[in-house]
Amino acid sequence: MFGKVLRRIDWLTILIYLALVFIGWINIYSSTFSDEQTSLLDLSTRSGKQLFFIIVSLVTIIVVLALEANFYERFASLFYLLTMVSLLGLFVFGKTIAGATSWYDLGFFNFQPSELAKVSTALALAKYLSDIQTDLRRVKDQLYALLIILIPALLIIPQPDPGSALVFFSLVFVIFREGLPLYYLGIGFTLILIFIITLMFGTIWLTIGLSLLIVLFFLLKRKTLKVPIIPIIIGSIVVILFSLSVNFVFNNLFEQRHRDRFSLWLRLEKDPEKLEEIRKTIGYNTYQSEKAIESGGLSGKGFLEGTRTKGDFVPEQDTDYIFTTIGEEWGFVGTATVIILFSILFLRLIYLAERQKNGFSRMYGYGVISVLLVHYFINIGMVIGILPTIGIPLPFFSYGGSGLLFFTLLLFIFLKLDTNRLKENF
Amino acid sequence: MRRVLLSSIIVIIGITFLGRLSYLQIFSFSPDQVIEDPSIKRVYTYPERGYIYDRNGNLLVGNDPAYDVMVIPREVQPLDTLEFCEMLGIDTDTFVEKLTKARVYSPRLPSVLVPQLSKEDYAKLQEKMRKYKGFYIQKRSLRYYDTPSAANVLGYISEVNEGDLAKNKYYIQGELRGRTGVERYYEEQLRGRKGVQYIQKDRFNRDIGPYKNGSLDTLPEQGKQISVTLDKTLQEYGERLMVGKRGGIVALEPATGEILTMISGPTYDPSLLVGRQRSKNYTELYNDTIANPTWDRSIHAQQPPGSPFKTLNALIALQEGVLDESTTIQCYNGFYVGKKKRGCHCGGGLRNLNSGIYQSCNAYFAGTFRKIFEKFDTTDDAMDVWENHMKSFGLGDYLGYDLPFGQKGRIPSKEYYDKWYGDNRWSSSYIISNSIGQGEVLATPVQLANMTAAIANRGFYYTPHILKKIEGKDITDPKFTEPKYTTIDREHFEPVVQGMADVYKKGTARWLQVPGIEIAGKTGTAENFTKIDGVRTQLTDHSVFVAFAPVNDPKIAIAVYIENGYFGSRYAGHIASLMIEKYLKGEITRKDLEKKMLEKTLEHEYAKPYSGEEFKINERVW
Repeated sequence: MFGKVLRRIDWLTILIYLALVFIGWINIYSSTFSDEQTSLLDLSTRSGKQLFFIIVSLVTIIVVLALEANFYERFASLFYLLTMVSLLGLFVFGKTIAGATSWYDLGFFNFQPSELAKVSTALALAKYLSDIQTDLRRVKDQLYALLIILIPALLIIPQPDPGSALVFFSLVFVIFREGLPLYYLGIGFTLILIFIITLMFGTIWLTIGLSLLIVLFFLLKRKTLKVPIIPIIIGSIVVILFSLSVNFVFNNLFEQRHRDRFSLWLRLEKDPEKLEEIRKTIGYNTYQSEKAIESGGLSGKGFLEGTRTKGDFVPEQDTDYIFTTIGEEWGFVGTATVIILFSILFLRLIYLAERQKNGFSRMYGYGVISVLLVHYFINIGMVIGILPTIGIPLPFFSYGGSGLLFFTLLLFIFLKLDTNRLKENF
Repeated sequence: MRRVLLSSIIVIIGITFLGRLSYLQIFSFSPDQVIEDPSIKRVYTYPERGYIYDRNGNLLVGNDPAYDVMVIPREVQPLDTLEFCEMLGIDTDTFVEKLTKARVYSPRLPSVLVPQLSKEDYAKLQEKMRKYKGFYIQKRSLRYYDTPSAANVLGYISEVNEGDLAKNKYYIQGELRGRTGVERYYEEQLRGRKGVQYIQKDRFNRDIGPYKNGSLDTLPEQGKQISVTLDKTLQEYGERLMVGKRGGIVALEPATGEILTMISGPTYDPSLLVGRQRSKNYTELYNDTIANPTWDRSIHAQQPPGSPFKTLNALIALQEGVLDESTTIQCYNGFYVGKKKRGCHCGGGLRNLNSGIYQSCNAYFAGTFRKIFEKFDTTDDAMDVWENHMKSFGLGDYLGYDLPFGQKGRIPSKEYYDKWYGDNRWSSSYIISNSIGQGEVLATPVQLANMTAAIANRGFYYTPHILKKIEGKDITDPKFTEPKYTTIDREHFEPVVQGMADVYKKGTARWLQVPGIEIAGKTGTAENFTKIDGVRTQLTDHSVFVAFAPVNDPKIAIAVYIENGYFGSRYAGHIASLMIEKYLKGEITRKDLEKKMLEKTLEHEYAKPYSGEEFKINERVW
């Protein structure tokens, strides 16, 4: 039976997975390298611990592949329930690290249930959406699907860990794939756009721009077209009101550190003296990580030769900022390789998801892609300075046992489902 | 649509990331990483600057330890300010001011509180230093001069400026470099090469070990010891003779082109530009724009060479075959240019080459000059030939000696006169003054000395140079070790040398003979003018003298140029004769003559143009 799995499993995905894990480990080794380092499997070092978890992950893969494929669909709801309970349990038994109560202390390692929640929420969502009675055209069912995503997010936000909570919203993509009207997405993007434009240029310019757009529309429209005047007026009013509320929220409800992050991201500060100040304070991480990546040049400084890495200039370099090590020591060649590997992985996973006959497998596949993609996008975007600072790890790369373990779990459950793709029902 | 949406998002994200990364890593990347990297500190070790010795191995310039009192403001604890200041030799206000300045610069980094303590002050202070927390003494090396002379030739060192930093990547702020003279020209040999250590730092600025295990580190390269061609004794002696006079003395060894002395008067003690008083002294010297002690006259002052130039015209005439030793020219106590008479001091009568030289007859050489020009069909051709001969003696162009700057002098060309008078609107009579070293020709003392060396060698010279040895090894640069031949054949030199020898035996310098040494020389008295309130005014003639000795085995060729010293046989002749005797005999037998030269000054002459009153020039008494 295992032979059949090995024949049918998608080896390209496995190859990319192994490559990413290997590159990740090399860079964790380099980021935490010191001259006193002894053996590779020394559990007192971070690279040693990570290597241990890589082995644990490989064992997990075997277990995942060995289990019956329909096991995951059958127990999806139970997983989900148990995970939500474990998230609730954090409020009582949680261990606090760096201000966030996100872990259970299991003695030899710290277990982070929000990582597990990513797997079980993806499973539960797939199960709900693939149910024969679910019809996404019904608002009630739309709301129910959203609720599956919202519950873990709401449980995670107060830990506080807004970064992880954000990940769950990425699962909305799955709902879209399965039929949520696309204008929801359009509205969402428009709101984000208005938010950014308001912060960068102010409400007045937004209004002027909007008026120009409408004038342009009237000038270029076909004569025969009937103009929906009332919806345009209402739409414009809503946009302007939203823009005003953005100002209000930004200035009155946000805390200074949030404002700083946005002004850093949107390059709102122009005064060079204040910029210098920002670089040393709130912008320190971004500035240092950009500089470290930049200093790598085309081909990098070489393995274990990153001076800024050795000098610990970039904070959290083995976890959230692991990408800077690649940038400094392997240069553009290294960073481009990683980007390309991830892109191939995602495109391959879409291909795999689309070839599923079984709805549950396809929807879970999209869940996997959404979760991995949002991590990849936010993490690298933050490190190279095009997104605001949001602390979430880079899948397969960042140091962290439970992170690696659950990303592996997430991915290989899908690969297992994929080996079963030819059966319509289990 | 729904299927493609996610794929396109992935591709767009990928392209955005690659775009941003290529902007960071390819376009913003600068190769000066090691220099800009905040995680790499460079620590320099400076080698000791090379010593400079004279030709006989006597030390001229060495190094002396100096002691700076340093302060780290935030480590300073309350102290007995009064006592401390007394020991440092500053008042309390200065102390407070300097401390505040240091704190503004950086509370954590050391600043210099009092620079360059003397050894004595250091000895006193050293014992008590423990009492004053936050202060310490830092040793460094300063130039030490074992001679009060040769300031301009040796040059000085000073801190690099913005221009140096922009031009030469080797230097960093605060380093020293040779600014003039030998210190500048042989800067790279003398300074050696600083060693550098790259240290890896962490974000708290702590050292965490050598960068790349020290594989990029370099050891300092010692500065090289060099010997210059100067004769310390002669240089110092010459400078004593120059006290109160302005001008230049250059003595060469004809057989090698080595510069034995290079004196500019007035000069200064090189030690003035070292130590705590440096900037005060420098300003004083620099602001003395009248006497101009930092201006090296021996290579910068372009003046009419006067009568020594006659010897070259004689040589050209012989080479061109326009006259021989027996050719005579009548002197009417002068000569006529058109209807205008130009004077002559020789006494008049029939002159030949020999007496023309030793009596310095102007009429004879004006005639000679005419003969040269009459040989050719056109003045242009004659001018070219004449210019070419002249330039073969190292005149009218940079000599190529190993000292910075210097002037070209001037040998006028036909283009020069075409520009001045118009094309073909001049003839030899227009430029006849060049025959006696007046007119448009200009030369620096070093060029005159070189010309004399070429005559002494009977037809060739070695480019004058100041470097003798590097690290005990003789120089081998062909630029200085290969002879440059003049365009005059060897056989034409003897009659001219004979004439120059007769200058001492029966001519214009017969009072200046040195017992036991046969000298060949030539006096010169150069007319010169200045502008006073815009009016061209003649000043007392410059006193010029060139000589070499012994006549048949020349060891020294010398040119002495004394501004406003009147007759060549006066100041310049006296000084040349003393210098030759000093160099060849090691002592002076004519004590009266020496005393006279040491005591006499020309300050009264130099004061004349600035007196604002009418004044006489070329006074008989001296």
